[in-house]
Amino acid sequence: MIESFADLAPILPELILLAFIILVMLTDLYVDERRRGILHGISIVGLVLTGVACIRGFEAGQSTEILGGLMVRDSIGDLLKVFILMITAIVLTYAKHSLRTHKLFVGEFYLLVLFAVLGMFLLVSSTNFIMLYLGLELLALSGYALVALDRDSPIASEAAMKYFVVGAIASGLLLYGMSILYGISGSLQIDEIATAVAYGQSKAVLAFALTFVIVGLAFKFGAVPFHMWIPDVYHGAPTASTVFIATAPKIAAIGMAYRLLPGALPSLSADWTEILALLALLSLLLGNFAAIAQTNLKRMLAYSTISHVGFLFLALLGGTADGYAAATFYALTYALMTAGAFGVIIALSRQGFAADQIDDYKGLNQRHPWLAFIMLLLMASLAGIPPLVGFFSKLLVLQNAVLAGYLWLAVVAAVCAVIGAFYYLRVIKVMYFDAPTREIEYSAPGDLKFVLGLNGLAQIALGLGWGPLVALCLLAWR
Amino acid sequence: MTSSIPLSHFLTVSAMLFCIALAGIFINRKNVIILLMSIELMLLAVNTNFIAFSRYLGDASGQVFVFFILTVAAAEAAIGLAILVVLFRSRGTINVEELDSLKG
Repeated sequence: MIESFADLAPILPELILLAFIILVMLTDLYVDERRRGILHGISIVGLVLTGVACIRGFEAGQSTEILGGLMVRDSIGDLLKVFILMITAIVLTYAKHSLRTHKLFVGEFYLLVLFAVLGMFLLVSSTNFIMLYLGLELLALSGYALVALDRDSPIASEAAMKYFVVGAIASGLLLYGMSILYGISGSLQIDEIATAVAYGQSKAVLAFALTFVIVGLAFKFGAVPFHMWIPDVYHGAPTASTVFIATAPKIAAIGMAYRLLPGALPSLSADWTEILALLALLSLLLGNFAAIAQTNLKRMLAYSTISHVGFLFLALLGGTADGYAAATFYALTYALMTAGAFGVIIALSRQGFAADQIDDYKGLNQRHPWLAFIMLLLMASLAGIPPLVGFFSKLLVLQNAVLAGYLWLAVVAAVCAVIGAFYYLRVIKVMYFDAPTREIEYSAPGDLKFVLGLNGLAQIALGLGWGPLVALCLLAWR
Repeated sequence: MTSSIPLSHFLTVSAMLFCIALAGIFINRKNVIILLMSIELMLLAVNTNFIAFSRYLGDASGQVFVFFILTVAAAEAAIGLAILVVLFRSRGTINVEELDSLKG
């Protein structure tokens, strides 16, 4: 229980973030439309300060219970939080331009994104089902509203409705699984559930509960066969919202998977490894084959996400610390690549032109060679071509699958990566070898150009120097 | 008192409610509002489960969870209805079958 303010020190990152959320809310009330850019500044400062608070408390192997065991402050949570903050800061920089060009620059966007980040924070450091559920819902409810942000767009509201219904079913299924686990163990504390489950419980009931929990989890990740919402949301939502929903929540989902699977159900690892392997197989196959048929770049990236979720699940097989470290590294690099790809879409879009058809990129190299080069790096990295970072993250993940005894799945994944290379390379071919059909305007503001450049070059930098980052992930998870 | 009704009866009722909710979501091809009602029913089925277990185990934390679920369900319904209003204004329909402009 809380006896003094010093007991609140471990949740300083969350408190700082909450303070900035309130600040954004109040500033939005008093600032007029022309000076709304200040909200962007406040949000970035808030993210940076929260990140500093996370890093200051970072200590490998430590774990402090907070709020009477509802949450825990540990190196795993800190690492995931810092990655979430980094990605969110990049996303906000891209989103600002997109919101401006589509006349959606409202304070609510920043509010919703920051609330979603707070939800992810609660999610990754929860040690109690109540906190886990609340974090998940805070993230999900903000997400639904973000998709519906462009309220005059018919496709955005349709996407929001689909996302809402699927998300609500997912949390209903997850809750049903949780209620059965509560009935079995008599506790909502994750460690107490793990102890109760390990000692002589009926296997059938446990498998029943596990199925519901994994289905809820797979919905949140977007793994096949629970992926239906991903393409529609990516396509229908305003790009500013898509780039957020596509990136940071995937990192948080790793924390959620960790708390639920090796955290609450370690004695069932053989069962959930099998289910995850099946989901991974289906995601890899469907994601890669469906992406080939797409003509819309946002939709193609959606199916690419599904195939990346397949790879991510390979790292979760077995539930070892090394596997989760590989998954974290994979999710971070995936988020960087996807954010960058959406960043390029945003950089080229303007009022009335979304730049989301692959044909819109014809001859980009002749018009804007630098931007085409960045897109080349991002696409090649998504495809997993060495020496870019996408190759090494795939390598680590495949290594984990082999160690977990799933050699056949690793082979399938490698074949799928080759199939996947086709549609990424098609974008590169269109940019470099097709003649431009129209004038392509590239009038993005300086900060977007700068961050986008860094994002593209980071693919090479991390690809050549991936050692320290992987070491950091391993340090946090061990 | 409640001890005359065994736990399994409560769990059966809640499982039935849950299945009705799922059927309502997947069979329904008409109105989005029915989807929202089904989602609400699903959460209520879960609540029944939690309350039954909580009473059976003599542990209050399940009932605390139910309060949180009820609150979140209210927030969820608010957002769902808000999206529904936006949807109706931009599309002029809330028929599930007509929500098909995004596919592929």
